[in-house]
Amino acid sequence: METILHGLRTVGDTTLRIVERIGAIVLFLGKILRYSGPSFQRFGLVIREMYFAGVQSLIIILVSGLFVGMVLGLQGFETLQSYGSSESVGVLVALSLMRELGPVVSALLFASRAGSAITAEIGLMKATEQLSAMEMMAVNPMARVVAPRFWGGVISMPLLAALFGAMGIIGGFLVTVVMLGVDSGAFWSQMQAAVDFHHDIVNGMIKSLVFGIAVSAIATFEGYEAPPTAEGVSGATTRTVVSSSLAILALDLLLTAFMMKGWN
Amino acid sequence: MNRTTLNLWVGIFVLLGFAAFLMLAFKVGNLSFGGAGSTYDVVAHFDNIGQLKERAPVRSAGVLVGRVQSVSFDTKHYNAEVRMAIDAQYHFPVDSSASVLTSGILGEQYVGLDAGGDDKMLKNGDEIKLAQGAMVLERLIGQFLFNKAQDGGSDKTAKGVQ
Repeated sequence: METILHGLRTVGDTTLRIVERIGAIVLFLGKILRYSGPSFQRFGLVIREMYFAGVQSLIIILVSGLFVGMVLGLQGFETLQSYGSSESVGVLVALSLMRELGPVVSALLFASRAGSAITAEIGLMKATEQLSAMEMMAVNPMARVVAPRFWGGVISMPLLAALFGAMGIIGGFLVTVVMLGVDSGAFWSQMQAAVDFHHDIVNGMIKSLVFGIAVSAIATFEGYEAPPTAEGVSGATTRTVVSSSLAILALDLLLTAFMMKGWN
Repeated sequence: MNRTTLNLWVGIFVLLGFAAFLMLAFKVGNLSFGGAGSTYDVVAHFDNIGQLKERAPVRSAGVLVGRVQSVSFDTKHYNAEVRMAIDAQYHFPVDSSASVLTSGILGEQYVGLDAGGDDKMLKNGDEIKLAQGAMVLERLIGQFLFNKAQDGGSDKTAKGVQ
């Protein structure tokens, strides 16, 4: 009896803590938006963060996109060939990249490459009392440190997702058309016939924008709320990657379910 | 990091991102405009084009010689009008024939051109008079079953006589 009660209490406690954490992140997001004014008056701050979040993620995004597209092309060709419709491989590569893999994989990479860096930076600023020093000088750290990093991430994410998708399609093209000899006209024409600008490309961009907001909010939140110790910062960095990845996949399911209606 | 180099890199990043988006919109999506080399147009009327689509290949002896430019319904003759852009380096006699063929059983459809024997060559805007439409699988199967049933019937009567 006692063990059952204990088990139930543990489940309840964990659930409450997760809900509390989600609520705290949403409140933090509201606070970021409230103090976002200075970020747009001094846009140089956001540009600086776009450099660290966006430009420095370029290599990993471009290379991964190319490889993902190549693998999709190879696998798709292998399967479609047995039905004699290997020309449709362009459709397969483009649709899976535009609808799912582009936004999701680039967001996962962004969370581990840029999100963790944002958390570690803000967490370390807090641990070395730089944030308190700012407050002493009547500089709001939310406006000066957190909001520019948030907006830098939000603006960079859709651009990175578009680059990932474009590289993936180039990768698929290289493997299927250049290496395996699929007709190049059929590759592009079937792709263009199947991919809809609004339902596939715009919806993919909306997805990546939502992921960008989620990852940037989680990363800045974890850094800002990190315990000011070496252990605390390392734990916060890990939590950023784990909860961002879970948030991306859960939001993806939700958004896909909503957008599905437009596909049929 | 220097402020100007930082701005430069972010500028490059943003432009790359927009270029990627435009590529997705125009090259992958259906907001396309076709860039063409030098080609000439010929028209053919088919009774049935099957699944022939725009930008499908036009082949002669298996070699790609052009692309289908547009497919439309001709309200005067009640058949399909297919406009093809043929590469200017390939010339075909005016009595050439066109047929809608399929690569593989379930593969994509293309237009096959068979050269005729005339001295005069096709010019821009000419029509290919000899045109054979696509084989429709249902009709083929129907015909096959019909023939089979006829054969089976005659066999039985032959046995009955014996």
